[in-house]
Amino acid sequence: MAEITADQTVITTADGVPLKSRLAQAERRKKIAAFALVLPLLAFILITFIVPILDMTFRSVDNPVVAETLPRTLAALETWKFGEVPDEPVFAILAEEMVAGSKARTIGKVATRLNYEMPGSRSTITKTARRLKRIKQGPYKEAFLKIDKKWGDPDLWARLKQIGAPYTLSYYLAAVDMQYDAEGNIVSQPEDRQIYVPLFVRTLWVSLLITGLCLLLAYPIAYLMATLPTGISNLLMIMVLLPFWTSLLVRTTSWIVLLQTEGVLNDIAVWLGLIGDDNRLQMIYNMTGTVIAMVHILLPFMVLPLFSVMKTISPSYMRAARSLGATPPRAFWTVYFPQTVPGIGAGSILVFILAIGYYITPALVGGRTGQLISNFIAFHMQKSLNWGLAAALGGILLLGVLALYWLYNRIVGIDNMKLG
Amino acid sequence: MAALPPYAGPLERSWYYGFRVLCGLIFLFLIMPILVIVPLSFNAEPYFTFNESMLRLEPEAYSLRWYEDIFNNPQWVHSIKNSFIVAIFSTLLATFLGTLAALGLSRAYMPYRTAVMGVLISPMIVPLIITAAGMYFFYSKIGLAQTYLGLILAHTALGTPFVVITVTATLVGFDHSLTRASASLGADPTRTFFKVIVPLILPGVISGALFAFITSFDEVVVVLFLAGFEQRTIPRQMWAGIREQISPTILAVATLLITFSIVLMSVLEGLRRRNERLRGIRST
Repeated sequence: MAEITADQTVITTADGVPLKSRLAQAERRKKIAAFALVLPLLAFILITFIVPILDMTFRSVDNPVVAETLPRTLAALETWKFGEVPDEPVFAILAEEMVAGSKARTIGKVATRLNYEMPGSRSTITKTARRLKRIKQGPYKEAFLKIDKKWGDPDLWARLKQIGAPYTLSYYLAAVDMQYDAEGNIVSQPEDRQIYVPLFVRTLWVSLLITGLCLLLAYPIAYLMATLPTGISNLLMIMVLLPFWTSLLVRTTSWIVLLQTEGVLNDIAVWLGLIGDDNRLQMIYNMTGTVIAMVHILLPFMVLPLFSVMKTISPSYMRAARSLGATPPRAFWTVYFPQTVPGIGAGSILVFILAIGYYITPALVGGRTGQLISNFIAFHMQKSLNWGLAAALGGILLLGVLALYWLYNRIVGIDNMKLG
Repeated sequence: MAALPPYAGPLERSWYYGFRVLCGLIFLFLIMPILVIVPLSFNAEPYFTFNESMLRLEPEAYSLRWYEDIFNNPQWVHSIKNSFIVAIFSTLLATFLGTLAALGLSRAYMPYRTAVMGVLISPMIVPLIITAAGMYFFYSKIGLAQTYLGLILAHTALGTPFVVITVTATLVGFDHSLTRASASLGADPTRTFFKVIVPLILPGVISGALFAFITSFDEVVVVLFLAGFEQRTIPRQMWAGIREQISPTILAVATLLITFSIVLMSVLEGLRRRNERLRGIRST
């Protein structure tokens, strides 16, 4: 028996090909067939969705403006040492490139870029560029210093060299309230300019609060629906699904109508005499408004997974626990509740993921104090036009969401995601 | 919870009723915002609260003037048209691509299943503001910003995860011996597909399509960044209305949208029941 060699045991098909490789071939063909069906959508999502997001993330480190506008100045600064003011040749090159830059209308971008790192320096650049047009010859150093004495500040030159690098981490640093100092060390922003870390903390905290409130409200009604006869529970389900299917903006509008100071709830409270007509409650255009409206909007995402888990729990477990002498709270806590944990996990992660990146509702009902991280991304995209910072804030948010998505996939599995 | 047992003590009894009252309040919280808006949209006065004559149900206190407003305003009419154009085309595209992908994903031989699924579902998970920002930069670069095509492609990407999820869910219980039976009876793959597979997965496809439709129809963040004035949709118009000066016309639009979502929801519920009947699952 031991003498049988390996090739004798190989089973072949009729035409002499080993069965194993034939099988592998057939399997490979089936794999390709399956993949070919998925390929169109995969390619579509990659091009229309993934590439744009990667492109945006690239913007958070991309830093081409200064390197493209002042390349020769940067080359001349190569040998410059920190703490000095450069000599005439550097000024001459800079003057030439600044004039070219203002003709090409790129110098404004350089000024804006420098201003991010050194607040108040925008005018130094724009003013100098404007006046340089009239200066036809040197000595340039004197002329520069006459236009703005900041050119004699070594820090300005250090910053110029710093932002000349084609790639930078400074947007990410700004997004976590840090910055480079003139020498290139990483330090925290001055106290009064630290806004993003508190904002991230606030966003996390509000999302947690919303998740908690959703769980608190969803658990009882999911339980009720899971234990009632199907006819009634279907009817109640409509009350959960109708908000789910109703336009987001409609629901947000309703909350404005209900909560505003001249709104329905305040009117009822005044009519009932609970509050005076002159001290109506401010329930909207602040954090309270954001939280109430978002809990309402995200509640169905908690109810549905909880309900689908609770529906599978047999009522006989509870009856068994009771008949063995457990009090109702104990039976609930030791028998029923542990079985609902998967539903709690699925619903909570889903609600948290959706809450953390929410934009519309805080923007409409949040007022000044109810803004979340997404609103600041939109602000930098549309108003301040600091796209690098918007991309860096977005990159951090994206990283957090993807981590949660991974967790969700591990715990629930995306295949098990259910809708409606 | 199903029914109160006859031996229940007073404590248990009060808990039983207390719990129902609590649930009633939560349901009220869910449904009240939607119910309140409907009567207010018929308000004859430009206010957002019930006045006494409305509460006394006087006919003069109610009117259809805000509804007339919608249809007399070319901006609203234009945005309604835009919403339907974008939603219909992106739904068609999303349904086609999504169904095809779901058929592939449900095959036993699909390689890298989890990873591919992860990528395909990601448009649903990534915060819309990030999606919108990314698309804004990229679509501007390739000349698709402020065009209908750009908006349709963007909404298609957002809608496909729903189609993939619903169709794969329908395929989970799919009995593959049915296709083999069809083949053994002499049908070629095309015929098998249209005569056996399509009728069985159709409910999933349609409900996925409805989800894709409502996603596009309700989407505003991407529209804010990607659409020009010409491509304004209903949500974009509502957004402008709420931000600038909220007029009761918005309540009228909202009421129409609520009616629309009730219709969509009923269709979906009908499909779900049909699907259960087809597969022989009886709800108990």
